[in-house]
Amino acid sequence: MKLVTAVIKPHMLDAVREALQEVGVAGMTVSEVQGFGRQRGHTEVYRGAEYTIDFVPKLKIEFLTEDGSVGKGVDAVLAAARTGAIGDGKVWVTPVEEVVRIRTGERGADAV
Amino acid sequence: MRTINTGDTAWVLASAALVLFMTPGLALFYGGLVRAKNVLGVMMQCFFCIGAVTVIWVMFGYSLAFGHDAGGGLIGDLGLAGMTNAHHAVPGFPHLTIPPLAFGIFQMMFAIITAALIAGGGADRMKFTGFALFIIVWTVLVYLPIAHWVFSPEGWLARRGVIDFAGGTVVEINSGFSALGLALVLGRRRGWPREAMVPHSVPLGLVGVGILWFGWFGFNAGSAGAANGVATQAFLNTQVAAAAGLLGWLAVEKATTRFATTVGAGSGAIAGMVAITPCAGFVGTMPSFLIGALAGALCAGAVKLKFRWRYDDSLDVLGVHGVGGVIGTVLLGVFATTSVNAAGANGLASGGGWHLLGEQVLATVVCAAFACGMTALVAKVVDKAVGLRVSPDDENLGLDESQHAENAYATASTSGHR
Repeated sequence: MKLVTAVIKPHMLDAVREALQEVGVAGMTVSEVQGFGRQRGHTEVYRGAEYTIDFVPKLKIEFLTEDGSVGKGVDAVLAAARTGAIGDGKVWVTPVEEVVRIRTGERGADAV
Repeated sequence: MRTINTGDTAWVLASAALVLFMTPGLALFYGGLVRAKNVLGVMMQCFFCIGAVTVIWVMFGYSLAFGHDAGGGLIGDLGLAGMTNAHHAVPGFPHLTIPPLAFGIFQMMFAIITAALIAGGGADRMKFTGFALFIIVWTVLVYLPIAHWVFSPEGWLARRGVIDFAGGTVVEINSGFSALGLALVLGRRRGWPREAMVPHSVPLGLVGVGILWFGWFGFNAGSAGAANGVATQAFLNTQVAAAAGLLGWLAVEKATTRFATTVGAGSGAIAGMVAITPCAGFVGTMPSFLIGALAGALCAGAVKLKFRWRYDDSLDVLGVHGVGGVIGTVLLGVFATTSVNAAGANGLASGGGWHLLGEQVLATVVCAAFACGMTALVAKVVDKAVGLRVSPDDENLGLDESQHAENAYATASTSGHR
């Protein structure tokens, strides 16, 4: 079992969700997050004063997948979230020890 | 025998309600401009003013401002205290066609919003008890004297010939320079200006601007004291100056920062209305356009001075109300004309010579200096008595939680989402 985490540009969410559903990803969790990488921050202007805002708003998508399907899921995110401009985000994969569906107590692949 | 005109009375009472509505509007404007942890803190300060100033006004405030002069044109006597004898007449206003109590109610709303405006100068860092005591003492020692000097015909500035239709000195210069005095005594917010302290909800702030704009028609046109031609001209001038101020601010902002902002549009409209406040019923339509545009453009620059001089007037009360008030009060000495209002005066451009302009400049300097100095003194004394400023920990935590044990925006875990 793997956990795939992707940080993407907020307006790419619908494209990424569609692409993931097409390759069989059954569910996902989305959070609004802020951060910076090579893109660094941006500038906001209030009453003539320019403020450097270090953290850029992004969306973090997390989904669980069986080991054999990880490649398809990661590729779907890559294809759907890429604009080619700086700030497109990152995808990473981490191993998962155990997954349990709270309602039924099902474990492992059945719980995904 | 005085004749009561029902139309005039209806308009002034409705205007009083419009002016009261400006204070919750200001609470939204200020609330949107502060960070999310201090929204309720600043909104509470505005609402507290409605409570405290109303009590002061009814008990003795109205009397000190509009009662018979107690000496030297400096302050009124206590003849109208408790509003008990206030229904007979307003001293110095023999030609009112509204019940004197309606006048007293209308003016009460001005005292409330002026006090609430000052909260912007001390935003994000005042202890609630400190603010409460400060604003009570401030109303008595700063607002009531200036209101008497200018608004009461028996006040010393009014007797010299100073004119102020709806409060360029009493409300705008007063609140702006009082906010400066308060900000100087309080000191800067922790981390300012190194940390970006940006508005947490611009839409909330713009709703507030809309309410202020709406209420300002009561503020200015209601100051005619009647539903007549002067009120109508004041109404038009208010709209014209607001529009010109909005455009003037945006033009300067676009030229200097490359962006026209929504906060700039709202601030510009307010700057325009601030500047037209003393002039509304004394000048024509075209001068109103000029006064509004100048105020919008100049205030857009004035709000940057705090970064150069390092005083933390957090929500730019000085930059918008103080500077806009000075522009309007002084330019009234140029553009005032008796062709608009026979009870007014003629300024420089209307063949009245330099006299009015001189008096307007005098009133500007006196009111600005008194408001700033006296407010700083009041703030110092209140600071010694009960403390004005929250602890560093409370400031980091925010006023909402540390002062009021509330949270403006409950998180999902406490708000019943599925």
